Amino acid sequence: MNSIIFTAGARILVALLFVFSLFMLLRGHHLPGGGFIGGLLGAISFIVYALACGSGEARAALRVSPEGLAIVGLGVALAAGMVSVFFGDPLFTGQWYWVGGDSYETALFSINSVLVFDIGVYLVVLGGILSLAFAFDEET
Amino acid sequence: MMSWLLVMPIAIPFATAVVVYLLRMSPSGRWVSLFGSVLSLVASVALLVAVLEHGVIAAQMSNWDAPFGITLVADYLGVVMVVITAITGLATAIYALGEIPERVEKLGYHALFQTLIAGVTGAFLTGDVFNLYVWFEVMLISSFGLLVLGGSREQLDAGIKYVALNLVSTLVFLSGIGMLYGVTGTLNMADLREAVANAENQGLITVIAMLFMVGFGVKAAVFPLFFWLPASYHTPSFAVSAVFAGLLTKVGVYALMRMFTLVFVGDVGFTHEILIWVSALTMLTGVLGAAAQTDFRKILSFHIISQIGYMTLGLALYTPLAIMGGVFYLVHHIIVKANLFLVSGVANKLAGHTDLNRIGGLYKSSPFLAALFVIPAFSLAGFPPLSGFWAKYLIVKASIELDNWIIAFVALFVGLLTIFSMTKIWGMAFWKPHPDGYDPTPDRAPDHVRVPMMIPIVGLAAMTIVIGFFPEPFVQFAEVAATQLLDPTQYVETVLGARPEALFEVQPDIQPDAAPGVRP
Repeated sequence: MNSIIFTAGARILVALLFVFSLFMLLRGHHLPGGGFIGGLLGAISFIVYALACGSGEARAALRVSPEGLAIVGLGVALAAGMVSVFFGDPLFTGQWYWVGGDSYETALFSINSVLVFDIGVYLVVLGGILSLAFAFDEET
Repeated sequence: MMSWLLVMPIAIPFATAVVVYLLRMSPSGRWVSLFGSVLSLVASVALLVAVLEHGVIAAQMSNWDAPFGITLVADYLGVVMVVITAITGLATAIYALGEIPERVEKLGYHALFQTLIAGVTGAFLTGDVFNLYVWFEVMLISSFGLLVLGGSREQLDAGIKYVALNLVSTLVFLSGIGMLYGVTGTLNMADLREAVANAENQGLITVIAMLFMVGFGVKAAVFPLFFWLPASYHTPSFAVSAVFAGLLTKVGVYALMRMFTLVFVGDVGFTHEILIWVSALTMLTGVLGAAAQTDFRKILSFHIISQIGYMTLGLALYTPLAIMGGVFYLVHHIIVKANLFLVSGVANKLAGHTDLNRIGGLYKSSPFLAALFVIPAFSLAGFPPLSGFWAKYLIVKASIELDNWIIAFVALFVGLLTIFSMTKIWGMAFWKPHPDGYDPTPDRAPDHVRVPMMIPIVGLAAMTIVIGFFPEPFVQFAEVAATQLLDPTQYVETVLGARPEALFEVQPDIQPDAAPGVRP
């Protein structure tokens, strides 16, 4: 698309959307959000960039191949699910370690396997959608 | 512990897929894929041992109790399908060492293949209807990738037909799931049994059952819904078409068997009666379609359809003997059909084509291959004492016991026509001299190609013979599987466990702060 207004607007929009996608990813689990919705938003930000500057530019900005991103995400999600073996729980049981408290309300923050799983899902969705979107853009 | 046994056959192929994708540029990727297939087989056999010991085993993922979380269940039918999937996966992984060119490997063939195996295994193990839909999607995505990987015009054409028709099927299936959830409020299969039986509007339940039947029917390629199968199965590489032929349609048959013995049993006189005639027509149209073809793989593709009829017939007759025959048929067919597609791949390598008019002379120059073709081909047609004979015998006997002579006649008649097709392949590909006048001797394919392609063929043929000569343990196994399907009390109890109390007590760990589980 060859529009100065869109290209200029895209610069702001892309950054905003991408940061918002990370915000959604981190907000997830206890509040609406999470890896899937975050991944979709992240993919939208790159698609806007690809529409404004071409998918070649967008691929360069992503730095790694979207297919690789998706498959690594699958591995990350799988590994996060497997962590529960060390705690004797059934698979994919979330493991939580609360810092400065013992629950969501009282603790300062938590270290958990759920976020790792969500990051995996984020990467799968981002990579999967982008590999489709870039392929479409390059076809036409 | 149970949880691990149940998850491993799914998790290993996924983990292998990740590793082999990252290794796709290096020649070691194919060996990692092979190693992953061996591990899957080991994990499946471990699961089989556990099921033989306990009858039915179940595990709740993420520690959410059924019916709220995702349940994995393995009963006799489920576990035998998992094992046979792992065997087929291993056979084609070996075969791929010889057949798949490096160019296709670099595009990620092995990763897609392992994901497909994971999807199929997941569909066999899940105890949740929506999760079953997810596995169908995993299978669909990876099988589409495998179909079009070669990138030829013919393959893209086949891929589009395949995906379009399968998407329609999943859409119908998904609508069925939505309505089922609206009526019963649960999607756990074990929980559904009771919920569906107690539903007020039984007419609506029958409508939903028909939606499921159509959705699974497209997947299984039964009578009016099979058009995508012969349009696509002859185009991909031979290893891929062997996996497709062996496993993919069988997931549809398995899903039919599961849902129409466990959940939709309220109006057997209606739903299963439809299935009987659908099965009969499936058998007939499949075998007649095959008679008109002259391409090796197209003939085999049409025969998949006709054989699917026997399996759904086993379910439709709905007696212990018939279901036992259906289960036995399912297992026998996967081995035999995958093997025939593998043989067609070797024939193509040696004689240069899959069109029967353009090849020949394989019996004279490669008698070993000819012998290996005869075993699965005759087994498919139901020659005693090969495995297909026992499978057909059980089905025909079950229909005679019900005094359903028309069905028994159709089943026998289709067997006869199957022999016709197999002798056609035999006569044209093996018996007559090669039309181009050369001898398709084995050394037309170099050793490093031919040997890995022959190993799985020999292995699967040996399994056909073993099942044929020693059917006793397999029949007994199928009998227990049929008993479990017709009386799923143990299945339901194992999945739901001590649910009645759990439902009415306030559970301390279902508070938002300590919520276990992972959700995307």
